Amino acid sequence: MKVVGKPLPKVDAAPKVTGRAVYADDMLPARTLHCKILRSPHPHARIVSIDTSAARRIPGVLAVITGSDLPVKFGILPVTQDERALEHEKARYVGDPIVAIAATDEEIAAAACDAVAVEYEVLEPVMSIDAALATPKDERIQDYGGPNNVHKFVALEFGDVEGGFARADHVREDVFFYQGNTHLPMEQHSAIATYVDGRVTLWSSTQVVHYVHRALSRVLELPMHRIRVIGAAHGGGFGGKTDPFAHEIIVAKLAMITGRPVKCTLTREEVFYAHRGRHPVLMWVRTGVTHDGRITAMHFRTALDGGAYGSYGVASTFYTGALQPVTYDIPAYRFEGCRVFTNKPPCGPKRGHGTPQPRFGLELHLEKIARDLGLDPVDMKRRNYVKPNTRTVNWLRVTSCGLEECTQRVLEASGFKTRERRPGRGMGFAISSYLSGAGTAIYWNDMPHSEVQIKVDRGGVTAYCGAMDIGQGSDSVLATVVAEELGLQPSDVRLVTADTDTTPIDLGSYSSRVTFMAGNAALEAARKMRELLVQAVAGAGKRYEEVSFEEASVLAEARFGTLTTAGSYTPPKIAGPYKGSGVGPSPAYSYSACVVDLDADARTGLIKVNKVWIAHDVGRAINPLLVEGQVEGSVYMGLGEALMEEQVFRKGLHKWPSMLEYKSPTFLDMPEVETFIVETDDPEGPYGAKEAGQGPLLPVPPAVSAAVYDALGVWIDEVPVTPEKVVEALRRKDKGETPRYGPQRFPAIPYPETIKVDGPVGHQDGTC
Amino acid sequence: MLRLPRFKYLRPRSAREAAGMAAEKGARAMFVAGGTDLYPKLKRRQFEVDTLIGLDFLGHDIRNGSTECVIDAGVTLSAASRDSHLKGGFGGYAEAAGLVSSPPLRNAGTIGGNLCVDTRCNYYDMTYEWRKAAGFCMKKDGDICLVAPSSPRCWAVSSSDTAPMAIALGGVVTLVGLDGERELPVSALYRDDGIEYMAKRPDEVVTSLRLRAEPGLRSAYVKLRRRGSIDFPIAGAAVAARMEGDTIAACRIVLSAVASYPLDAEAACTFLKGRRLDRETVQEAAELAAKPAKPLDNADLSHFWRKRMVRVVVEQALERLSDQPGGFDS
Amino acid sequence: MKEEILRDVERAVLTLNVNGEPAQLLVPVHKTLLEVLREDMQLTGTKHGCELGECGTCTVLIDGKPHLSCLVLPIQVEGRAITTVEGMASGSDLDPLQTAFAEIGAAQCGYCTPGILLSARSLLEENPRPSRGEIKEALAGNLCRCTGYTKIVEAIELAAGRMA
Repeated sequence: MKVVGKPLPKVDAAPKVTGRAVYADDMLPARTLHCKILRSPHPHARIVSIDTSAARRIPGVLAVITGSDLPVKFGILPVTQDERALEHEKARYVGDPIVAIAATDEEIAAAACDAVAVEYEVLEPVMSIDAALATPKDERIQDYGGPNNVHKFVALEFGDVEGGFARADHVREDVFFYQGNTHLPMEQHSAIATYVDGRVTLWSSTQVVHYVHRALSRVLELPMHRIRVIGAAHGGGFGGKTDPFAHEIIVAKLAMITGRPVKCTLTREEVFYAHRGRHPVLMWVRTGVTHDGRITAMHFRTALDGGAYGSYGVASTFYTGALQPVTYDIPAYRFEGCRVFTNKPPCGPKRGHGTPQPRFGLELHLEKIARDLGLDPVDMKRRNYVKPNTRTVNWLRVTSCGLEECTQRVLEASGFKTRERRPGRGMGFAISSYLSGAGTAIYWNDMPHSEVQIKVDRGGVTAYCGAMDIGQGSDSVLATVVAEELGLQPSDVRLVTADTDTTPIDLGSYSSRVTFMAGNAALEAARKMRELLVQAVAGAGKRYEEVSFEEASVLAEARFGTLTTAGSYTPPKIAGPYKGSGVGPSPAYSYSACVVDLDADARTGLIKVNKVWIAHDVGRAINPLLVEGQVEGSVYMGLGEALMEEQVFRKGLHKWPSMLEYKSPTFLDMPEVETFIVETDDPEGPYGAKEAGQGPLLPVPPAVSAAVYDALGVWIDEVPVTPEKVVEALRRKDKGETPRYGPQRFPAIPYPETIKVDGPVGHQDGTC
Repeated sequence: MLRLPRFKYLRPRSAREAAGMAAEKGARAMFVAGGTDLYPKLKRRQFEVDTLIGLDFLGHDIRNGSTECVIDAGVTLSAASRDSHLKGGFGGYAEAAGLVSSPPLRNAGTIGGNLCVDTRCNYYDMTYEWRKAAGFCMKKDGDICLVAPSSPRCWAVSSSDTAPMAIALGGVVTLVGLDGERELPVSALYRDDGIEYMAKRPDEVVTSLRLRAEPGLRSAYVKLRRRGSIDFPIAGAAVAARMEGDTIAACRIVLSAVASYPLDAEAACTFLKGRRLDRETVQEAAELAAKPAKPLDNADLSHFWRKRMVRVVVEQALERLSDQPGGFDS
Repeated sequence: MKEEILRDVERAVLTLNVNGEPAQLLVPVHKTLLEVLREDMQLTGTKHGCELGECGTCTVLIDGKPHLSCLVLPIQVEGRAITTVEGMASGSDLDPLQTAFAEIGAAQCGYCTPGILLSARSLLEENPRPSRGEIKEALAGNLCRCTGYTKIVEAIELAAGRMA
């Protein structure tokens, strides 16, 4: 292959290194109005009255809107349409949007917000999983869901779980906690809207123009063809810009009212309130194993602290139980999940969506089981690895799987097995897997998940796709696929992306789906185009490789007229035969293995990560430079979550919504990372490619905690692994107590009766 | 975008003129040098002023004499951290200056500004909207302390890295006010109060810091913070000692970020006098030094852990001292 | 807060030297350099991530040294040389740092990139062959959430090697 597999620069590198790339907040059309949003100062309160009269009187204020101007509810999932752009009945977290103001400048808009008088009837806030499970003192946060403040229950059982535990030689239970954290993109969310000739146009820093398009249509009560959503250059998402947001709807509404461009850029504090980040998850896991460490059955329970709204929460809940059997051969598996509402900013999808938390618990749990049995933890894990071409007990179809090769690579490179053993120095090992795109769409439909059109004329080639490059390089992947097929360089391909007027649909940059799905759509469109070109060149008595692209395109256009082709991708229908089987299936799974080397100081509890080795099965690296970038970035974010990042609350408020106090690692906190790309040539991925953007984060937190155990002999069963927790665990160890820091108990949750599902017959023999 | 409130910007040409302006405007005006502490706090509406008095006239020189070093208050923290005289004679001071915040902030922040840096508290260093939601505290807009609600006083934390070191080195500042110029030991510049944390008069401008060179002087600063950069100290130890051979003739240990003012650890210094810096002595001194530290739950990480860590940073600072070749006499 | 807008706005006529070009502007004195660059001069290559000095995104060079433009008043830097990312290239030729960042994927979302490029440029001017540790020290005020910093450090090393 000519360009696939080559470490070429990203196609959008030049605009980004010169400052030319136009992000949403960089736009300032003539007569732009600036929007500020007044937010609730109470975590839970009924809104008695809103008096905006003083704000309206301030010179320079052009429009003031409240929830009664935008009463229609929206939400990313069809089953949880529970948000309003502005709330006029009830505030559910500190930061819930109440009033929006458009003014001639930001200073006036802010002052006008301060002039609004809102009368609240304060309600008792619900700030923890335990509190959400109890009878509310005042009232429930949402008026739907399970008992008390339960949002969603999931209870599934695959295979003979009881029998599996009965034949186990050893059964162990553990409890883990994974603290919530946030994406912290460097770019604060921003959106700007115009309303011209009865049509709304919105530029936004979103990961999914299509979902914003749908939400705008619903709330503004305009048909989709009168709305255009364009993805501006994107300053970082990590899942945090995947929901439609209040400010996007608000600027569109204000543009409609004022007839002028209206912009809203969130402050950093507001970004913490927009959130949709990692759910705090409490976990309980019970596993049965044979003497030699083969898993016979597993029972996994999760409780997710969801915050005030649904967001992607139903999917997040399923994800906390879905992927355990994708790495380990679990013959019988029971999963019970529960998401609760609390008076905090809503949680949602962050890099790894719902799976880093159970991965942390699962990897440490297996480490502990191995030690119970006197087995080497790595050997025991390997004994249970899934094989390629397997149907897991929960019916997930595994095709390519480089788990064993990833393991070998990091073990060898790190010298894990022969590492020096001394107090204070440790290594930890963990593995993981992630989806290459969700196999089912968020809203039910039979249409393709991604579509690409290609136009060739007079030597130029343009590809059109709805995908949004959020920095991960999806534009480069599209250009590379098209270039490869047509015999060009990626820089020769012009791209039009993420514009609901001019590009065909793509479901956006989340779920690690773009390379796989848009890549396949691009491949189909490009192959069709190549076919036209080859045919036309052959008609002239030449071979395609012998002529210039320009000549080929002129011959083809002369013969066929306008040259356009299209390709689309629809994932295979591979979900299992049970309700709830839609979350988890993916056309392919990536695999990762990681070793972390660190120093942990017994006196201070301070941890210094020295090095991380990580191997990632990406199927095929369409651009190894971009794959490395995704892997390194994932390791970084995993280390941040493992060691310092936490979204915590005090007295009903986010404790520290700032970049100073919400700790994200600096240059000086980042160790060396050695990345190994493992290629397994996936049968369905474009050129064999799978995902790289999320999976490599997952093994990092458990590997850190395992390394701390290796160094100091104490288990830190929750993230972040902070020095104070390490010191406390060591104190307990010295006192002869369990050498551990972590949650003591898992609450009694009234899960419903499990839906019992037979595993697929002959599912684990690698012949699927 | 968070923006500054409207203000007038006055540009005096001298400290005396600045003092006059400050006296005339009273509480509605503040001095600004590098602005790295002031501007974020203005954007968060922690100060309510309508006039800024720019201290751009302050000198930028470091004058090194045979017995003392005079640092103009306008010297940036990065310049101080790189200055060869300071590194040679007052290593701990250069270290402390080089550990403040992050490189770009050190290029703007001045040594005078860092001596005057506002006390901090994570109930206070928040935006107007956040503080309104939390309920205002007595340091700004409210009447109680949110860290210790039954306390009549404010417990915001002294968060300067260079102030403890300047005190440990026996530094003296020059202040210029309406009534003229006076000198004040840096140790007398602070008060044990989170709100009225400075003892200088509001019209007085810090124009320079004088550090006295002594034979056998060694110094070190150890800063504890979560990340390698950007963060304020959550505990710190500044140590300066005059050595006679391998014996401590005199020393001073000052702690950062464990009280509303740089905390002098006198008992440890009395103990150390006349001793050699062996392992046991260091440990015992650190134990004594840590005793008066009372971190509260208003900075990063738990105050229990921070309290525990005070001993560690003092030990580390003392160990660094014993590793050093002498200062002026070497 | 609502009373603030009743105050008069003090404006100053300033001549700023940005990227080697003099620009005469009438600006409210309370507008930061970040706001003036972006809103009055349309130099939107300078980004912002917190406006409180906590992230390094808005870094520009003043007399060759990195400063956070969100914490600088234009009135304080009149007459000094201000460099933004727009001033890094010479004509159509990119700075070697820009080329290296583009080549090896040191810019992902690109939002922190202008600030990091400028911090790196200041470092290389002062220390043409920095060690890896010196690079990390010099860049420690610039946060990035995409790259894990790895490719940024490599790109600076690459550029330094080529410039030597």
